[in-house]
Amino acid sequence: MFRKAHTLMALLLAFALVLTGCSGKEAGSEESGSKKTIKFMHLWPAGSSKQQNLIVQDIIKQFEAENPDVKVEVEVLENEQYKNKIKVLSSSNELPDVGFTWAAGYLQPFVKGGLFTSLDDVLEGGLKDSFVPGTTEAYAIDGKTYGLPLELNIAPIYYNKEIFKKYNLEVPKTYEEFETIVKTLKDNGVAPIALGNKDRWTGSLWYMYLADRIGGPDVLTQAINREGSFEDPSLAEAATEVQNLVKADAFNKGFNGLSNDEGKSEFMNGNAAMYLMGSWELPNLTTNEEVPQEFRDNAGFFKFPTVEGGKGDIDSWVGGPGVGMFVSENSKVKEESKQFVKFFVEKWGEQAVTKAGVIPATKVDTEKVELPQLYIDVLNELNKSTNLTLFADVQMSASVAETHLNLIQSLFGNEVKPKDFTKQHEEALAKEE
Amino acid sequence: MEKVLSDKRIITLYVLPGLLLIIGLIYVPIIQTAYYGLMKWDGIGAKEFIGLENYKTLIKDDIFWKTAYHSFLLAVFSALSLIIYLLISIVLAGKIKGADFFRKIYLIPMLLASVAIAQLWLKIYHPTNGILNTLLGSFGVDNPPSWLADPKIVLYAIFIPILWQYAGFYILIYYAALKNIPESLIEAARIDGATAWQIALKIKIPLIMNVIKVTIVLAVVGSLKYFDLIYVMTDGGPNGASEVMASYMYHKAFRGFDFGYGSAIGFFLLVICLVVTWLIRKLTAAKEEITY
Repeated sequence: MFRKAHTLMALLLAFALVLTGCSGKEAGSEESGSKKTIKFMHLWPAGSSKQQNLIVQDIIKQFEAENPDVKVEVEVLENEQYKNKIKVLSSSNELPDVGFTWAAGYLQPFVKGGLFTSLDDVLEGGLKDSFVPGTTEAYAIDGKTYGLPLELNIAPIYYNKEIFKKYNLEVPKTYEEFETIVKTLKDNGVAPIALGNKDRWTGSLWYMYLADRIGGPDVLTQAINREGSFEDPSLAEAATEVQNLVKADAFNKGFNGLSNDEGKSEFMNGNAAMYLMGSWELPNLTTNEEVPQEFRDNAGFFKFPTVEGGKGDIDSWVGGPGVGMFVSENSKVKEESKQFVKFFVEKWGEQAVTKAGVIPATKVDTEKVELPQLYIDVLNELNKSTNLTLFADVQMSASVAETHLNLIQSLFGNEVKPKDFTKQHEEALAKEE
Repeated sequence: MEKVLSDKRIITLYVLPGLLLIIGLIYVPIIQTAYYGLMKWDGIGAKEFIGLENYKTLIKDDIFWKTAYHSFLLAVFSALSLIIYLLISIVLAGKIKGADFFRKIYLIPMLLASVAIAQLWLKIYHPTNGILNTLLGSFGVDNPPSWLADPKIVLYAIFIPILWQYAGFYILIYYAALKNIPESLIEAARIDGATAWQIALKIKIPLIMNVIKVTIVLAVVGSLKYFDLIYVMTDGGPNGASEVMASYMYHKAFRGFDFGYGSAIGFFLLVICLVVTWLIRKLTAAKEEITY
């Protein structure tokens, strides 16, 4: 009996070793011969993000041509899967040498866990000046920059020129004019604003703009970084204004149960007149052949109007960098990876907007590029901007962002009073201090 | 063959692969979850041992108990719906025309992937273009509700596809069990003058009681840990109005980066399911086994 137990134990151990052996693959990268391999993970599959994917391939080809002793090994995953895999890989310390990350709150646990390396030395020597101010800062924690942003988005209000013309409406400059437009459209049976608030950050955009126009550009940011308080009266006032919009039936029916895509389709098929969304929608309104030409010709945008007596000005934007590139702290080819990241960002800036319609975080000279007019207009607005407020849920840590997003949904559903809305934010933020 | 199978070493050899898989894929993760539940851990950085702190938070977490209530409601509805499935199966298993056809009709939802079902019902529930509201509109209902956006309705609106999804499964089980009852028993009852209703109530149901008990456990435990349609259709919203325990666990762990707390919820959920299973078995324990 005793011996049998021994055999069993031995067998179990052997299996256990085999199992662990499966997962214990060499982390990071290995050197094959004299060639060094950079492992690179990105989130633009050829299927859903064809243009981006092509640019990435092109840049890698150029990089390998210029650096014959380095090979770039690519792994592509779709957005949500990418987010999940990065998390799994980082908990087992197997991050790729180079990959994509998001700014501020998303970045924080990775930096605290010592997984990303500082890219300050890459930014030295002029690279930093080629970025739009405020973009690399979103990737900085304690004064060090851990990611190089690739995209930059601002959120204008898109509108349907045809509907506006039909009811003799003009682009609003003040919030009062905006409210009149909402009322006119409503009275004529047109849904004024398309919104899909199941995703919650979509409603957050509206709240952020109102907070900015009423309380000025700093009040929300300071409430989040704890220099100020979320119980600032202007933040409660912004919440009240949101509920006034809801009460005026400004948004399409059932928005709290609709995803952003479902909300967007209300605008794209002409049921709703306006749509507040990031500039990543520009391709759909200019170059995307799948959208009817007639609709694209009728799409315009305007800046969020100013509120009378408010402190914000019309050239202040809500937006922020999208994905950025990180280099893994534990990479065995750190120097080569940094070189690659630098090379990538520069080349990306030259191609992104013309080839994929993505506004890069590096400055674009609108005189030199061929682009649809709508792009030129947005880019020019961007150059005039006085302030860029990073998306609130990106600024916050993950758990506060959850609270914020849930509260946004309640606010739009008229289930929470503006006062409690700000109070619960304040409590969640204070708990993290 | 007999000789081979009586050799303990052979038995070990045959049982081992399955055993290792189950241990490796189910029991080890359960123990790990229990272990993580004692940690303060964001899923990336270092773990910090905090004892039962997560569970203390959990007991006082109003939102968790709200989601537990939602799961409990779903469990009650699933258990009640079994009665309807049982009735349908008794009718189908009786010799009616087209029984085979109906059985297949009921089974089809089970063959669809959860996400496909979710997409289908999202279209049905769409506030302006959905089949349901278009239909209500044509009946003259002025302002039909937005099914998935109204916090008072959303939970019940989402229960319907969940129950619908599993109807075929239970009907199939009952149908098979009913078909197993020897024809002679029913024949004998009929000769003694029993009505169809009496046969169903006094003969058929007692004979498949064991199967019914199993389905009750399946339905209740399945509801308590339910996740898929809720995740795809409402993501627990608006503001937690349709959140259940499993989706709350997911949101805490993967959205809120609180893996310690998420694991604690997961482990607690397991304990709840075990207790409920034990309770149901206890309550439905038969005094004597009925056999054919």
